[in-house]
Amino acid sequence: MTTNIKYALERRRYVLMGAVIAIAFVFIARLFFLQVIDHEYKAWADSNAFLKKTLYPSRGMIYDRNDKLLVYNQPAYDVMLIMSEIQAFDTLDFCRTVGIARQQFDQRIAEIKDRRLNPGYSAYVPQRFMNQLSAQDYGILQEKLYKFPGFYIQNRTIREYEYPNAALVLGNIGQVNKQDIADDSYYVQGDDSGRSGVEHSYESVLRGQKGVEILLRDARGRIQGKYENGKYDLAPVSGKNLTLALDIELQSFGEQLMSNKVGSIVMIEPATGEILCLVSAPTYDPSILVGRQRGRNHAMLEADPLKPLFDRSVMGTYPPGSTFKAAMGLTLLSEGVITTETHYSCAGGYPPGGGKPKCHGHASPLSIIPALATSCNSFFCWGLREMLDNRRRYPTVQERLDRWRDLMRDMGFGRKLGLDLPNEKSGQIPNSRMYDRMHKGRWASSSVISLAIGQGEVLTTPVQLCNLAATIANRGFFYTPHIVQSIEGEAPDSAYVARNYTSINRDYYDIVSQGMRGAVTGGTCRGVALPYVDVCGKTGTAQTPFGKDNSIFIGFAPEKDTQVAIAVVVEHGGFGATVAVPIARLMLEKYFKGEIAPEHKYHEQYYTNLVILPRNVI
Amino acid sequence: MLSKKTSVWNNLDWISILLYLLLVTAGWFSICGASFEFDSVGWFNPSGRPGAQLIWIGLSFVLIFVILMLDANFFSVFAYFIYAAIILLLIITIFVAPDIKGSRSWLFIGTMRVQPAEFAKFAVALALAKYMSAYGFRLKYLKSYLIVLAIIATPIICIIMQREAGSALMFLAFFFMLYREGMSGYVLLGGISAMTFFVLSLKYSDVIFGFTPIGEMLVLAIVQIMTLAIAYSVKPNAIQLKISAGVTAGAYILGIAVSFFVQFNFVWIAWGLMLLTAGYLVYLSLKNWVTQYLLVLLFMLLSAGFLYSVDYVFDKVLEPHHQTRIKVVLGLEDDPRGVGYNVNQSKIAIGSGGFLGKGFLNGTQTKLKYVPEQATDFIFCTVGEEEGFAGAALVVIAFTILIIRIYILAEKQKNAFARIYGHCTASLFFVHFLVNIGMVVGLTPVIGIPLPFFSYGGSSLWAFTILLFIFLRLDAARKER
Repeated sequence: MTTNIKYALERRRYVLMGAVIAIAFVFIARLFFLQVIDHEYKAWADSNAFLKKTLYPSRGMIYDRNDKLLVYNQPAYDVMLIMSEIQAFDTLDFCRTVGIARQQFDQRIAEIKDRRLNPGYSAYVPQRFMNQLSAQDYGILQEKLYKFPGFYIQNRTIREYEYPNAALVLGNIGQVNKQDIADDSYYVQGDDSGRSGVEHSYESVLRGQKGVEILLRDARGRIQGKYENGKYDLAPVSGKNLTLALDIELQSFGEQLMSNKVGSIVMIEPATGEILCLVSAPTYDPSILVGRQRGRNHAMLEADPLKPLFDRSVMGTYPPGSTFKAAMGLTLLSEGVITTETHYSCAGGYPPGGGKPKCHGHASPLSIIPALATSCNSFFCWGLREMLDNRRRYPTVQERLDRWRDLMRDMGFGRKLGLDLPNEKSGQIPNSRMYDRMHKGRWASSSVISLAIGQGEVLTTPVQLCNLAATIANRGFFYTPHIVQSIEGEAPDSAYVARNYTSINRDYYDIVSQGMRGAVTGGTCRGVALPYVDVCGKTGTAQTPFGKDNSIFIGFAPEKDTQVAIAVVVEHGGFGATVAVPIARLMLEKYFKGEIAPEHKYHEQYYTNLVILPRNVI
Repeated sequence: MLSKKTSVWNNLDWISILLYLLLVTAGWFSICGASFEFDSVGWFNPSGRPGAQLIWIGLSFVLIFVILMLDANFFSVFAYFIYAAIILLLIITIFVAPDIKGSRSWLFIGTMRVQPAEFAKFAVALALAKYMSAYGFRLKYLKSYLIVLAIIATPIICIIMQREAGSALMFLAFFFMLYREGMSGYVLLGGISAMTFFVLSLKYSDVIFGFTPIGEMLVLAIVQIMTLAIAYSVKPNAIQLKISAGVTAGAYILGIAVSFFVQFNFVWIAWGLMLLTAGYLVYLSLKNWVTQYLLVLLFMLLSAGFLYSVDYVFDKVLEPHHQTRIKVVLGLEDDPRGVGYNVNQSKIAIGSGGFLGKGFLNGTQTKLKYVPEQATDFIFCTVGEEEGFAGAALVVIAFTILIIRIYILAEKQKNAFARIYGHCTASLFFVHFLVNIGMVVGLTPVIGIPLPFFSYGGSSLWAFTILLFIFLRLDAARKER
């Protein structure tokens, strides 16, 4: 080997060493990129290795105003299975134990394995096989569980109800849907949330805060233990308990009286706006919407033509009939259309309308107080005519009607009151645009005269009617009606402690109150009179497009320092005095005395058993 | 005798030994991290991996002591004998080894199991050193090439028959040594190019950017640039280099600019540049009357031809299951969870380490067995995850220094045997380092080979220890004389 070649070959070590250094450089650059620059890998690592197990909090319990427990939680048992751990077992025995057929078993297994139906499926992760096993089945299964490897029982809680009443107020809970998940990132598929009633409107309070347990999971989905010994785990926070303003005794008594009738009873404490009872009939036992039969029962209730899921107390809109005259009287007084001295004549009907609306026999002419007591149609028609057709105040009928509408809205009509219950309806108070459309701009009091007696385009909900009674009792203000008295550990909601003043003078309320007292002492609703308390009231008999008139009553008692306001609506009950008044009387007796006196038991029996249902239903 | 013993210790290259100890220790801690389990048996219990590795490390020290006590001439004298014995063992292994995950490379001796393929590495190095250091040997004649190739190929064939293609591939490291000893650089270049082109074109065959197939585009561009570089090396001419580099860069920059307005296939540019380069080479060879330029042209055409034949053969000639097999070998399709699961998990593990790592035993990815083979082939993941960039880069640097150190020492050797053996040693370490870490960081195909001194397992640890310390013993002898 010549020196020259030898030298050339020795130089080749630089190529080799250069290659080593170049590769080392490439590796370090690559590591720098992976570990320091690119943060994506860190996030991947987290989602890879951590199993975040949700710890469900217990839902808040619900009490009534007398601290009677209404809603609480009961353990329920879900049957879980881990596919990879299943070994041969006696399928028939298993099916018999949990009470399903063999086909159902096979179908359920197929559903679990179907990734289209169950995208999160893994053979190593527990899958829900069956929901909410009954305590009895649970007991049997627990004993035999050793025979069924791969099957587990997971505890969860379901709602349990102490009373079969107040279903619509309390509401129910069900699984969240896609929309709920999209709206609130708190929820994941399979979570429960309140679907209606208080359960829905106080969902965020009742549900508490889910906790999380961070577990380490290996590549095959097996749990390897807690991450950092649970340092980053989050304990669940239990939901807060609610105390309702509702008096469950009153509520169940109201529901009893309203059985086999359609309608509503609302009672409000005027001094606080607290709703003492909120009956909507027909109703149902809340416990049927719990557990595995929920779906079937819900479908059944939905199919019922009487719509038991429809909360008539806040969603039912009725023409108020003569009960509206209390509000009309206030408006007329406030606008200066009438004074206590203003007398209108009644000739068994409203003369400008050709005797319509008709009226009934009473002294004539008469002033506001006896007009309320006797529920004179003509008086309020004259008044409305004077208000709408008199150009002194406002130049056009439109402005005059809108003034009337504004006063009505002040009293809580034609708008949502802002109850703490979902799906409250606003009812309807017509405005000038509505009549402009209907009458092409040319109209006067004669076109809308039925408004004076609470018919026509006026629609109110029972809770709005009760609120009117409460406002009169308070002589000019109301607290927004609310069903929840207090939330455990929270200050009262400011929306429910503020007084809402109407724009009507207190003195006019005294006048209307006197009229309503007169109706009880010597007018249309003598039937509601109680010997131990001065009841004020106003009946209503509202025409309906079909069937008998709706029987309506509003009232409050006592006249001074009122404790309770009430509204009763019985669909197709006929005259206000025939059904709504005696039911209101029984409710008031229950409220003031706690029980029905023996001499009135007959009434209780009679009205409980009275059936007033649409003919096509019976 | 006593004086000689002392001199061995005095003459040892302690830099290499310190690096060795550092790597073995770091390797043991990585194995602790990788095999840490909840309720594990403890690190010093021999039934667990850290405990077992500790025993093997201890036995390595015994081996080191034995090697250092032997006379330096022992290895030269017994080189062929050792080689023959190992080949025999490899052949026996083919027939007696049980099937473990498709591989028949493990020999059971009682409860111990060894992988003879690992030990073949230093045996081949010894045999090559012995044969090539013989007086009058020239790596020039066909006969000497054939014998050298036979020495390398015999264990490769045995190991392939044991279905350990990855291990067999490592024997190509000896070509770095052959290059140093006089083999034409074009062989090395051609071989490396062919492998690179093959992997690139297959790995990126389905990746299309706009209208451009990335694999084809990359290979053609590399071929063209390499051709220019080789042409320059034949007869350096700075002006011509600048012009050709300028034209190439200009063409691509223009192409990128145009592609903002009109999408087109960049392969056209690569082909245009290759035609220009071919014309340029023909011009050079005619002008200078030098045939070497035509050889360079041939290299370019062969490379392009190779590229298209790879695609053609792969797509048209091979059966689908053969295609899959090759893709599996290349790590393109290697696991039931979809292409690249292993590498992805490995990248996630390393990437999640960040700059300083999660700390010893705190790695969630490796601890939870997301990374397959995490204590053996993918051990570097654990380093990356638990010790972060700082630790991983340190390991890379330590390997680099060790390899460079061995190259430097090899060049210092006065006798050819020690020099050749040294080059074999350095090259083997280099190729393992290159392929293993490249695989773990997702740069090279997934080939199941261990990372020297790190990967769990007695066979590879002992084999690399023997490989290194025979060289250190030879190096010590250099100073003795």
